[in-house]
Amino acid sequence: MTETVLEIDRVSKSFGDNKANDAISMTLGKGEIVALLGENGAGKTTLMSILFGHYMPDEGCIRVHGVDLPPGKPRAAIHAGIGMVHQHFSLAPNLTVLENVMTGTEKLWSFRSETGRARAKLKSLAERFGLAVDPDARLGDLSIGEQQRVEILKALYNDARILILDEPTAVLTNLEAETLFATLKEMARQGLSLIFISHKLDEVMATADRVVVLRGGKLVAERRSAETSRDELAELMVGHRVARPVREAHQRGEPVLEAAAVSVRVDGVDRLKEISFRLHAGEVLGIIGVSGNGQTVLARLLSGTLARSSGDILLYGEAIGDLSVADTVAAGIGRVPEDRTHEGAIGEMAVWENAVLERIDEPRFSRHGLVDRKAAVAFADTIIRDFDVRGGGPLTRTRLLSGGNMQKLILGRNLAERPRILIAAQPARGLDEGAVAAVHARILDARKAGTAVLLISEDLDEVIGLADRIQAIVGGRLSPPVSADEVDARALGLMMAGAWKKEAA
Amino acid sequence: MRFERREHRPLALVILTPLLAIAAALALSGILIAAAGAPVLEAYWRILVGAYGSRLSATETLTRATPLMLTGLAAAVAFRARVWNIGGEGQFYLGAIAVAAVGSQLLGNAPGYLSIPLLLITGAVAGMILLIIPLWLRLKFSVDEVVTSLLLNFVAVLVVSMLIDGPLKDPLAFGWPQSQAVPDVAMLPKLVFRSRLHWGFGIALILAFVIHFAQSRTVFGLKSRAAGLSPEGAVFAGVPLARTLLLVACVSGGLAGLAGAIEVMGVKGYVTTDLSPGFGYSGIVVAMLAGLHPLGVVLAALFTATMFVGADGMSRALKIPSYIADVTVALSLITMLVAVFFAQYRIRR
Amino acid sequence: MSTVLDIIASAGLWGAVLRIATPLIFGTLGALLCERAGVLNLGIEGIMTFGAMSGWLAVYHGADLWTGLLVAALAGAAFGLLHAALTVTLGLSQHVSGLGVTLFASSLSYYLFRLIVPLAGSPPTIVPFAPVSLPGLAGLPFIGPVLSAQTPPTYLALLLALLLAYVMFRTPLGLAIRMTGENPHAAEAQGVNPMAVRYGAVIVGSALMAMGGAFLTLSAFNSFFPTMVQGRGWICIALVVFASWRPGRALFGALLFAFFDAFQLRLQTAVDGVPYQVFLMTPYILSIVALCVMARRARVPQALMQPYRRGER
Repeated sequence: MTETVLEIDRVSKSFGDNKANDAISMTLGKGEIVALLGENGAGKTTLMSILFGHYMPDEGCIRVHGVDLPPGKPRAAIHAGIGMVHQHFSLAPNLTVLENVMTGTEKLWSFRSETGRARAKLKSLAERFGLAVDPDARLGDLSIGEQQRVEILKALYNDARILILDEPTAVLTNLEAETLFATLKEMARQGLSLIFISHKLDEVMATADRVVVLRGGKLVAERRSAETSRDELAELMVGHRVARPVREAHQRGEPVLEAAAVSVRVDGVDRLKEISFRLHAGEVLGIIGVSGNGQTVLARLLSGTLARSSGDILLYGEAIGDLSVADTVAAGIGRVPEDRTHEGAIGEMAVWENAVLERIDEPRFSRHGLVDRKAAVAFADTIIRDFDVRGGGPLTRTRLLSGGNMQKLILGRNLAERPRILIAAQPARGLDEGAVAAVHARILDARKAGTAVLLISEDLDEVIGLADRIQAIVGGRLSPPVSADEVDARALGLMMAGAWKKEAA
Repeated sequence: MRFERREHRPLALVILTPLLAIAAALALSGILIAAAGAPVLEAYWRILVGAYGSRLSATETLTRATPLMLTGLAAAVAFRARVWNIGGEGQFYLGAIAVAAVGSQLLGNAPGYLSIPLLLITGAVAGMILLIIPLWLRLKFSVDEVVTSLLLNFVAVLVVSMLIDGPLKDPLAFGWPQSQAVPDVAMLPKLVFRSRLHWGFGIALILAFVIHFAQSRTVFGLKSRAAGLSPEGAVFAGVPLARTLLLVACVSGGLAGLAGAIEVMGVKGYVTTDLSPGFGYSGIVVAMLAGLHPLGVVLAALFTATMFVGADGMSRALKIPSYIADVTVALSLITMLVAVFFAQYRIRR
Repeated sequence: MSTVLDIIASAGLWGAVLRIATPLIFGTLGALLCERAGVLNLGIEGIMTFGAMSGWLAVYHGADLWTGLLVAALAGAAFGLLHAALTVTLGLSQHVSGLGVTLFASSLSYYLFRLIVPLAGSPPTIVPFAPVSLPGLAGLPFIGPVLSAQTPPTYLALLLALLLAYVMFRTPLGLAIRMTGENPHAAEAQGVNPMAVRYGAVIVGSALMAMGGAFLTLSAFNSFFPTMVQGRGWICIALVVFASWRPGRALFGALLFAFFDAFQLRLQTAVDGVPYQVFLMTPYILSIVALCVMARRARVPQALMQPYRRGER
């Protein structure tokens, strides 16, 4: 057995009534890669935040090389050789790479920054681990993959011997992810110890030496990856699996929404490039892709908040101009935005206000500019009842609802109107399994009732489970559609990396 | 030490908050009064007597509260939609000078039922224009309207100074810079006989209720609140952001302009560059003390007016600078901010 | 046309430029420091007023001029502490807190001034800073007369601009401040305490603002009167944007601004028929124009006006 570099000893942490970590103990050996596997809300990020000193644990302690780490002090964690690579990078876009890396590494009150020495050290680290990046580039000008390299270099620059990566592949393409894991293995070979957080079974199996599974704030299992299987891990991670509903075969109808070579330009950059798709009544068309490839723009375009710069859109067979939000709603297009807390609902407003805001000008909710509060509250009540929104009534402030219930409210206010088209962007992102199943069931019900659903998602399982046909979005371009029955996860992974473009060329 | 958002805010807490804030502000100013060697409780007693001790002083307090209600409403309406209108002072002056200009130059001797509404609208429009400029700059160039509306206050006062020194100068004022007066028929009727209290108080009171109604019951109220709380959420729900904010700016600037118009038509009849002892700035405090609630504005304006009117008499009797009223009002803004914070958050560990 | 050229070529104009610029340099540097750390400090107008009052009062009561300047700085720091407590610890709206500080600081200035200096026919005066000429430079043509018309605080302001530029871009402290203004979470993750940095920046920045105010009573004039700051604080806030949050450009901006101001003052006497108020408006209108030109181009510190709470994203 190799030497133990890190020990987490019975760490607990609660937020209000929610026990995010419940007496978790684990160890990490020198040169070892451990995967911390668990669903959203299993307590992975909380545990790592305690480890890195962002949070104070309620109980328990952390030892590095047998020495207790003072809790709640990031600086102590850095000194002990712990480095953290956050999922949402902790970087400043307006500063250079070197400045980002150097912050906090020198005595605060020295008279001069030793930029020369720092640049040399950064370069040698970059070469040693194959993490090439220009030290003087403005960080905001780098790609996501490059920014992640900076984040890793930052940890290495602080002489980290233990590296924690929080969902490192969430924002990467498959190709970038492969490069990343090669780098990680090289680091482990050179004696660094790594913990990476993930809920993706494939990358866990392929990369980790050991897997620690968290569920509901508890450590439920520990396995050597050589001695376990994908299926076992899946079961351990989810516990008794909540079955996600899966679509049944079903005849699709006429095309209702078509895009022909549509481009969208935002702030002088082409975000969508000549995309084409055809959405039929009674089908789910999945748009899959790694985030940041134009999904947001596509969703906004179809939700009526962005205008196209060229191309044609056909609604119910007729060419249309740019639609406003009001036109979109009036045309029977339901919209579920990807950012539910900022776009989908206004947290400080009551549930009933969020239920009717996009339809407030309709005569049933207002007359002569006066809100018919009774009708609006009744509408909200219907949604709450029919869509099982829990945690409050029509008068509750929406912020107090959980993510899943907020999403049910958003979905409900659209589906209650039996829309002909539903634009659903990342509808299940960040929800717990129960809520995911509920959202999926609603989407499939709508499909059955003849609604045309455009499902924009990053989640392969979701798209495979729900969609009839799938198109991938890469760099603002849309692949040709494939039938969901004819592809597997591997083929979709290739599509998400843009493989179809080579075929076409 | 960490702060945690309270899930629920009991109603008692919401009502207690401004009272606690005012109590804290009075206590802190008490230290300053004591430092001046004066008896604190007597000073506050004298302020109360000075503001309400006689028919004359009570009507004077209400007269003083009138422009504060209007500038307070102006700030409250704007802040609720996150339009940071700090230009109330300038809008007040522009409204006032517009009334003086139109009233003295164009109206002649038109009857009151024509000239009064016309002048009120004139003042409101002048105020609107001054707020639309910074809002347009925000929408067009993303310039923070706080700084621009502040800077425009100085410009507005200079415009007033230029006009009362030039084309609108009253030749009968012995060279004193003062505008020509609006005709007597265009003055607002008195509300209480033999006092300065005029119908402007009634107008302000009615407007507070109208705005309360508009905010809680109308589509525009709902939309402007949405625009203020979450621009992204509002846009997604199809609220036309720019148009809504412009409308809010019109209402807010209009109210501040109206305050100036009413002060001229109700009290002075003419404009000088010291027409406002900071009504525009005090309006911000009034709005904050009221928790941005239009009906709360009425009470907060009364408190502020009480301090200002009462402090005059107190200062003469106890030899304390009357600026103590300004200090108390400013402090109450700060204590209110802190009080609201603790009404929303609790301390954890 | 020749009048215009005469004005520009006169040493008197350029002497006045430096004089007018001095309080703006202090104020702009102070505001810039606060904003680089992520805190908008609209307390500036009141803090400058309080600085003017407290510095003057100290000297009036027998302190020497430098002590007066120090008293002003300490008073400014105290108001900075208040603003930091409101905006950093409690995370309140920086707009409203700043206005609160301005209203409080200016009304307190008037109150204390009136309390200690009772109303009199003519305001009491002190002996302000006298101009000093730098040895060696005084003999130079043009530059000599311009510089020898300056008082020591002006030199201090110029030096501080250079110092702040150096600290901001050449030292670890400056990097920590900039990181805090861009991304306090990243700063924290790197072991920098963003709360401490913000407190420090706001306190020191407010001290600078108060020194700018004190220049008015200890050098430009010799007495204190209410409303003497005349919106200079707000102009400084605009100048920070104009300077894209860089100390060197802030110095340039303040000088440019002062040039227009000094120029319009002289133009007033040279041009007939235009009301003097039109000239007085120019600084405010110029500030607004500067804001519009620069607002989109400038790289705003990303965390400006965003409260930082540990563990919250």
